[in-house]
Amino acid sequence: MGQVIVITSGKGGVGKTTTTANLGAGLASHGHRVCLVDADIGLRNLDLLLGLENRIVYDLVDVANGYCKYKKALIKSKQFDNLFLLPAAQTKDKTAVRPDQMRDLCEELKQEFDYVLVDSPAGIEQGFQNAVAGAEKAIIVTTPEMAALRDADRVVGLLEAMDKERPMLIINRYRPGMVRKGDMLAIDDMLEILAIDLLGVVPEDEQIVVTTNRGEPAVLDKHSRAGEAYRNITRRLMGEQVPLMNLDDDDGILSRIKRVFGFGAR
Amino acid sequence: MLDLIAKVFGRESPSAEIAKERLRLVLVHDRSSVTPQFLERLKEDLIRVISEYMDIDTETMDVRLSQTEQHAALVASIPVRRVKRVAP
Ligand SMILES: Nc1ncnc2c1ncn2[C@@H]1O[C@H](COP(=O)(O)OP(=O)(O)O)[C@@H](O)[C@H]1O
Ligand SMILES: [Mg+2]
Repeated sequence: MGQVIVITSGKGGVGKTTTTANLGAGLASHGHRVCLVDADIGLRNLDLLLGLENRIVYDLVDVANGYCKYKKALIKSKQFDNLFLLPAAQTKDKTAVRPDQMRDLCEELKQEFDYVLVDSPAGIEQGFQNAVAGAEKAIIVTTPEMAALRDADRVVGLLEAMDKERPMLIINRYRPGMVRKGDMLAIDDMLEILAIDLLGVVPEDEQIVVTTNRGEPAVLDKHSRAGEAYRNITRRLMGEQVPLMNLDDDDGILSRIKRVFGFGAR
Repeated sequence: MLDLIAKVFGRESPSAEIAKERLRLVLVHDRSSVTPQFLERLKEDLIRVISEYMDIDTETMDVRLSQTEQHAALVASIPVRRVKRVAP
């Protein structure tokens, strides 16, 4: 029996969808059977990040409402035979699915998959309620900005009230250079403020844009810093103890050259 | 003072420090702003627990959240009619 993990944040544009795609591919690369559920109804994106946008026939709304079996709606990823996407509907809105339907669907998916990752929409309204309904665990994604952290705190409070397991935090788009200058909150400051457990830190990385353009998650790109961070987070999710990567080794030209040649802070 | 020194040397204080302090304050406020329903539920639970030990006047009792810039406190004023004899 697998586990259902929701990836959520409160604020939009902080990296939920990027994280879902990368952790999905990461877990699949270790041989786990993984299903990604795009719960951002009306704003379908996860298909693009996986390069699957042309293969969609049925979607989450069809499945949740019993119009078709989930197996018919699943799309196999390009990279792995054991990674599947259940796409969001693009022409409906959040009210097309109810939390109890999501709960039933997640129950069913858990029988078949080791990991079910649910990509949540922004906000704390029905779309969020749908996304968290069937999940026993939550990953909260934030960036080191005040508004994102404040919204993350709000979501932590809501999840607590629902009796979920303690949520885990991913800090995304971290820029060590700015932290050194004193212009970005440091990791410890954020953890102290939010008082939740850290799952990982993903540095700001242009490669994210490149890999998104190609429809291939950064976690599969050996030269991507964000990819390295996601590979570490994947292993932590699987229960391994993995130290934080060396984040200080950022944009310097030397460290870039080293990375290209396959040595350096890896 | 630190600000002044920073200004003299042509540097503002690091913005991350400002962000941290502002966030800390705003979260104290966010976390303590509760709905009337939440307070009502808390009040009912309080009545249930306290009633095991004493007779209280539930009509005139008052439970509210008091907030200042820095702190939040739960303030309850609960008139007691009679303390029950509970087995030690
Ligand atoms: N670590 C990163 N470095 C650089 N860009 C990033 C990073 N993470 C996310 N992005 C970019 O930020 C934008 C929002 O990401 P997305 O995953 O769609 O957020 P959300 O799903 O939370 O709305 C995208 O354009 C994405 O490419
Ligand atoms: Mg998204």
